[in-house]
Formats: sequence, structure tokens, C-alpha cells
Amino acid sequence: MEFEAVIGLEVHAQLLTDTKIFCSCKNRFGDSPNTNVCPVCLGMPGSLPVLNRKAVEYAVKAAIALNCKINSSSIFARKHYFYPDLPKAYQITQYELPFAEHGWIEIENGDGTKKRIRIRRIHMEEDAGKTLHGDSFDQNSYVDLNRAGTPLVEIVSEPDISSPEEARLYMQKLRDILVWIGVNDGNLEEGSLRCDANISIRPEGSDKLGTRAEIKNVNSFRFIQKAIEYEIGRQIKLVKGGGEVVQETRLYDSQKNITKTMRTKEEAEDYRYFPEPDLPPLIIDSQWLDSIKESLPTLPDEVRGRFVKDYSLTSYDASVLVRDRKLAEFFEETVSSYSGEPKKAANFIISDFLGILNEEKKELSDASVKAEDIAELLLLVDKGVVSLRVAKEDILPEMVKFGGKPEEIVKKKGLIQISDESELINIVKKALVKNEKAVEQYRSGDEKKKTKAVKFLIGQVMKETRGKANPKILNDLIPKVLDETE
Amino acid sequence: MELITKSLKELSSLMSKKEIRPSEITEELLSRIENTKDKLNAYITVEKEKSIEAAKLKDKELEKLSETEIPDLFGIPLSIKDNILVEGQKMTCASKMLKDFVAPYDATVIKKLREKGAIFVGKNNLDEFAMGSSTETSFFGVTKNPWDLERVPGGSSGGSAAAVAARSAIASLGSDTGGSIRQPCSLCGVVGMKPTYGRISRYGLTAFASSLDQIGPITKNIEDNAFLLNVISGLDSKDATSAKLPIPNYLEALNNDIRGLKAGLPKEYFVEGIDSEVKEEVMEAVKTLESLGVEIEEISLPHTSYAVETYYIIAPAEASSNLGRFDGVRYTYRAKEYQDLIDMYCKTRAEGFGNEVKRRIMIGTYTLSAGYYDAYYLKAQKVRTLIYQDFQKAFEKIDFIVTPVAPTTAFKIGEKTDDPIKMYLSDIFTIALNLAGLPGLSMPCGFDSKGLPVGIQLIGKAFDEETLYAVGYKLEKELNINNFPKF
Repeated sequence: MEFEAVIGLEVHAQLLTDTKIFCSCKNRFGDSPNTNVCPVCLGMPGSLPVLNRKAVEYAVKAAIALNCKINSSSIFARKHYFYPDLPKAYQITQYELPFAEHGWIEIENGDGTKKRIRIRRIHMEEDAGKTLHGDSFDQNSYVDLNRAGTPLVEIVSEPDISSPEEARLYMQKLRDILVWIGVNDGNLEEGSLRCDANISIRPEGSDKLGTRAEIKNVNSFRFIQKAIEYEIGRQIKLVKGGGEVVQETRLYDSQKNITKTMRTKEEAEDYRYFPEPDLPPLIIDSQWLDSIKESLPTLPDEVRGRFVKDYSLTSYDASVLVRDRKLAEFFEETVSSYSGEPKKAANFIISDFLGILNEEKKELSDASVKAEDIAELLLLVDKGVVSLRVAKEDILPEMVKFGGKPEEIVKKKGLIQISDESELINIVKKALVKNEKAVEQYRSGDEKKKTKAVKFLIGQVMKETRGKANPKILNDLIPKVLDETE
Repeated sequence: MELITKSLKELSSLMSKKEIRPSEITEELLSRIENTKDKLNAYITVEKEKSIEAAKLKDKELEKLSETEIPDLFGIPLSIKDNILVEGQKMTCASKMLKDFVAPYDATVIKKLREKGAIFVGKNNLDEFAMGSSTETSFFGVTKNPWDLERVPGGSSGGSAAAVAARSAIASLGSDTGGSIRQPCSLCGVVGMKPTYGRISRYGLTAFASSLDQIGPITKNIEDNAFLLNVISGLDSKDATSAKLPIPNYLEALNNDIRGLKAGLPKEYFVEGIDSEVKEEVMEAVKTLESLGVEIEEISLPHTSYAVETYYIIAPAEASSNLGRFDGVRYTYRAKEYQDLIDMYCKTRAEGFGNEVKRRIMIGTYTLSAGYYDAYYLKAQKVRTLIYQDFQKAFEKIDFIVTPVAPTTAFKIGEKTDDPIKMYLSDIFTIALNLAGLPGLSMPCGFDSKGLPVGIQLIGKAFDEETLYAVGYKLEKELNINNFPKF
């Protein structure tokens, strides 16, 4: 019997507000422990939560971008459990009536097929603090409450995901959208985006759901895929061996690439949810909702479609460009000051510019390179002032590393393309002397060999001139010189 | 013993004429507290040095102020129930759990009183975490009733009510979740207001049952009460449940005409369990109201009999949640010896909380558990709505409601401690208001044959404390009760 996997993801995304969800403490990662705290987020007696309007706006932005229906009235609830990094011994969250429901996003599988993954609900809640345990020399545990009260949205998918790859694609798509609209920084390593996966298996074609296991603590795209792969394998092996999957929470160990039991259903906590009496219902009226909608940027899928249509980009190139809103904007700015083919600009940005940024470990925003600089560089190539190779290998890296305008770099480094025929003839002649074999090959008379030899010789001249020779001219010039010197 | 027998309003007006000095009244009050401390046990903390220091600073400040610049409560010493946070002072909630806790901030009400120049001399005793009707559950021992030291002062704001009655406080703030201001005021013969839910910020009041808790003034007379409510009311950006409504001038409201007002007597409040002398005194006061031009009619609040049960589902549920933070991790008492984290939690909470608090935490934990939530908590919330609707309906025809505050006068210490149900029933007339969020004024209306004070409760429409004060003020004048116990 063949099995298929049924997967649903619960994703926690921290919202990038300046302050926490229920108090005015700074919402900032990386500060000294317990410095961004006050009576409210410390759970001092007498303190009360007051909902941060900005957090609601960010949450609603996310929900709109994920095609959800926004509930005009929703309520907060208390979820109770004891842990040192949960100061009130309850987390303020939404339970019975979340602020958003019934959304979806579309993912694109490797083979280009598209699939819609439904989102069951999104609710707002507060993050807990962090507990750090000492090592073998230090038996203490430490609690840092800077994170306590960070606004979160929990995005719960329907069990529409059927493979580890789809799970990764869903997560990536979710990340791209949340980062695009500016509500999350997309940093899985720092925990600003966290994922739990509910996984079950069933005989292929069955419409019944199997017993699920929840996998916690998968904090990278790679681990999401690997943890789910492992878990599906474990469940199939278990069932094929006559066993049964039990409902439980499992923890992913990324070093060993296994999942292991964290707590069973019997050990599951009773969270004793009840409506939070300290907060009135959250009312999102149509006026507020409209103003939030207006503040949303055009979403990546729409921009991608436009790129394909308006600039004749391939779907792949367009996808790469819309993975990051700043990059998409950068591309559009480049195109607006570049008179050549937009496709050329896209290629240059994707294969060359991003590559160099990556090598230099720089973000688009760190580099001082402006879109107009890229446009200028491309124009220099189009006008034949510099060769494409020089543009890629000499000018662009210089721009990324040290800044500066393309034209200045060309002048400073003497990179102007050699298009002067008499100058090139001398260079070609020298190259012919050094490459007798190729010359012989050319003269053998075979057309194929002839072309090959010319290509080789162009390469040699380019090498000699460190890319400055104009390859188009060389293409005619080399056969001419060879024929003349016969 | 001259100044401390005066009312808050009188002291305020003397101060505004610079006829008294802050240190004068503060020192006199501190010595009264000192002299009555052993007999009454109305204070958990007395801030003697700090208060004298603050008063002396205010003495100097007073010299520089012109009479019109002197704030209403300038240099007036007040005492505060020990579940409200006063920055830099201990706040114990009468619990071992918080016996060493020092408040890191001022409650909003304290901030407001401080801005008006008040001095905070000490923290009054209460039932542990305000759970009780006799002040007997305090970790720091019971407060005695100044009318009869063998009797309880009521609770949970028993320390505040006893101190005001004994003139070892000029005025105090209490908190009321099911009757905790009104019942002790009744048993001690002083005036207490439980304002409408949302009238006063709860920020800085240690939560017992968040949807029921409300801070209120405990004073010698109606005028003082209105005077204090003026200061502490209003919307607070730190409390999302505080009401966005203008604050009326309650002092001006005292003189509102009450002739022609209609008062309702709910028949359900004058039946079984009520002491006949209490009933008599309350009915006498009702006659007095009639003589003042108030029309009396019988009304029905049919769901009254469910109030106590409903309350004892909702209040413990919220309490079990609110008290989870007292876990030994940060600022509370922590058990000395434990095996691991869970053991630390268990031992800390077993040792840190008293029996009544533990009883309510257990009830609340049970009623909120999966599988029981619908049958208890959700059902109780539905009944709560019915109780609220009873009042809504009644207020279509009448302006306020008159009832007894408590079914009996002060009972003997130890009399009800073994029977929680009996104890819970002492709040039978006060509880429904908290469930409905309505204001209730408790004031003395007479004495029983043992010489113990009897209280009357005036219940108002939501945010209509003005009518209660107006009626109370005239009734108080007419009854002319001497509520200063000789002890």
C-alpha cells in the first residue's frame, strides 16, 4: 500500500512594531537581557494590558495579503501554563474568535504547477520571554523577558500541504509576502518566523485524516523540509510494521535529523482558555480596514505578473526579482533610467549584480550602488564604451566594493573598450604569433575548424587585453588579418 | 485628638486656609494609629518616618503656596488597602506570598491622589488577596471591629473600614469585587462606594476577579466620599476597561433635588436569611426616604437567587488565572527547598497561599478545565447577563434601588471560618451589583440592639453615582447618626 502525507503548518510571525503588543516597551532583538521591560510585560501585580494599535494594523496587513476575511469583532483569550518565561502564567492570545479567517496563498512547485494552500485562521498574540539554560559548569537557568510581549500573528494553514517540498515552498512564500509588506523581517534564525508542522499519513487516495504528530522547533527552510521528510518516513515505517501513529508533540533534532517525543496526548496541557477580561473586544471597522488596505503595497504575485507582461521577462526572472520588494523596486528604477531591453537589465541584476552582492556578503540596502548606476553601466556596454565582460568583472565589483560611478571607474582604471582597428590589428598579430596551432587550424580549410579557431583567438585577445578588446570587431578582424597574412 | 475626628472635607478646607499644617495632622494621625494598632490590627504597614518627612516637606511647600494654589488633598494623610500599589511601599495583599514585595510603581488612583497633594501613611489589612468577608483570612491576623473588638470588621476591606470608623484613618481606598467595600463599611458604620465598573482605573490594583473588581473610597461621611471619587475617577490609558466618559462633579451632585425620585425595593432582598433587626432599621430608613420626598415601590429582580452561585463560578475562575503569576520565579515568596521547577511551583504556592485563596484557585481551575468550561463558566456568564437584564428592566421605572448591605451586623471572630458557604452568603446583597457592573453606596442607617451599626445600600444606574450621593447626603443628614465608636 502506498501512503500520502497530509501536512498543515502553524507559523508564528513576529510583527515589526516599534513597541510591544500590550505596553510601550521597545520591541527590539539583541538588547541586553531584561532591559526592555516594564510592570506590564513583567506581569507585576496590578498591571493591565492595553492593545497596541500599530500591532493590529500590521496583523491586518498580513491577513489581507494572505487573502483572509477580517472579522469586524474578535476577542482575546488567556491561555494558561506555568513556565518561567511566561510572567503572568498566561499568554494573551485569540482562541474562539480570531481576527482573520479563510485565507489562502498560492505556491509554485518545481515543475511550474501552481497550488493553492488555504489558511484556516490568523490570530494575534503575545510572545513569551526566553529561558536560557546554563552548561555543565553552570546549573542555573536564566530568563530574559525582553521578548515577552512581542506582537505575534499565528498563521494556521489547512492540511492542504502534501509534501515536504510544498511545506518549504509554502513557508518561503509566506515569508516573502510578510517581508514584502514590511510586517516581519523574515529572519528564521533569530526566531522572528517560527514554524510547527502537523503531519499525518493515510493510504493514497483516502479522504480520512490519520492521527497527527506535531513537530516543534523547525527553524530554517531546510529543516522544515528535512524534519517533515523524516517524520513522514517514520510514520510510514511505523504503520507498515503494523504499528500505529500516536497523537503527540515531537521535537526536531536538527543535528541528528530525527524527531523525538516531547509530550504525548495524555501529557498535553489543559490551557483553560477563557475570554481576557482586561481587554474589550477588538473592533476593526470598515473605515479602519479600508485605510489599512490603502497602505498595503502591491503584492508580489501581481508585481511578478506585471514584470512578465510589461517587460517581457521570463516567469522565472520575474519570480527572482519579486522575492524581495527592494529588489523589485531596484529593478523598476533601473529600467526607468535605461533605454535598452528590460530583459537585459533583469539578467544583469539577477546573474551578475546579485552574485557579486552575495560574494561580498552585502545586502542590496548596504551597497551604495544605485539603480541609475546600473542603468548607466548597461548603457556604456550598449554604446560599446566598455565590453560586457569588463562591466561584469571589473566595473561592477568595484562599484559594489567601493562605490563610485561607472564612468569614473572606467576612466580611473582605463577600461575603455579598444575599438580602434589599427590598434587591434597589432594586438591580433601578436596573438597569431603566439598561437600557431590555431592559425594552422584556421588554414586547414575546414569551416568548422575555422570558426572554432577564430573563437579561440578572440578569447586569447580578450585575455591579453583583459577584456577591453571589442569582441564584435575582433570577430571580423581576426579572419581578415589571417586571410591577409596568408 | 482634635483634627483626626474631622472629616476629610473639613481638613481640606482648613488646609486651604492654612489653618493647619500637613505635619500637624499627619503626626496626630500617626499617634492615633500607634495607640490603636494593638487593639485593631487595621494596618499591615505604617510608613511613619516617610510620612513625617513628606509632611514636613509639604509644610514648607505650603508656606510658598497662595491659598488658591493649594490642591484639594494637600498634606492630607490617607490610608490605602494593601492590594493597591503605592510606589516604594510594601504591598502584601495580606499574603505570605507577597510579604516582602515592594511596589515598583504607583497605581493610577494613587498617582491622582498624589497629584492632589495626599500623603500615604500606611496600608490597611484585608482578607488575603481580597478573598473573604471578615478580614480573617489575612496572613497578618484579623482586624477587630472598633464597635466590638470580639467581632469582625467585615471584609475584604476590613482594615480600611475599621480604621476609618476608629478614626485611625481620615479616609481610605478599598476595592470591591463582591461587596468588599460595602459590607465592611456596613459592619463598621462608615460610608463606602463601589462605583460603576469602568468609572475608576484598575491599573495598580492587584487583580482578584478582573471583570468584577473596582476601587472605591471608604470615608466617614457621604461628602468625603464624593470628594474622593472626584479625584480618582476617569478614563485611564493604562486600563482598557476604564470608561471614556466625562467625570461629573460629585460634590455638586450632593445638592441635587431628590424629591420625586423613585426608589425600588426588591422583594427578593427582604426574605430569608436576613436578620430581623437589620430589616427593621433598613425599613425605618426607607420611611425616612419617603419623608424626604422619594417615592417607594416594590420591584422584582427575579434572578437574585442565582447571584451568589454565579459569582462563585466567575470570581474564582478569574482569580485562578490572575494569581498564576505568583509562582516563586520573580518577586514573590519562594519555597526554600525543592527538587525541580514543578516542585518549586507546587511548594511555593502551597506554602505561600492561605486556605481560602487555595480553595478559590482550585474551584476556578476546575471550572475552567476542558470539558467543564461550558457547564460552569459559560453558563455563569449567561446567568450574569440575566442578572444584568433584571436591573436594566427595573431601572426603566425607577431611579435607584434600596436594599440592606449585609444580612447581619458584625459577627463574632471565628463564627463563620469553618463554613465557607455561610461566609459567602454574607455578600448575598452586594454580589449582584458587581456582576451587573452597577454602582452601590453603603452607608450607616442605624444600630441593632447590641449597638452594632446597620448599613443600607443604594444601587444606581450605570455611571449614576450622582443620584446615590444626592440621596445618601440627605438621608445622612436626616438620620444624623453618630458613627464614632467608643472603644
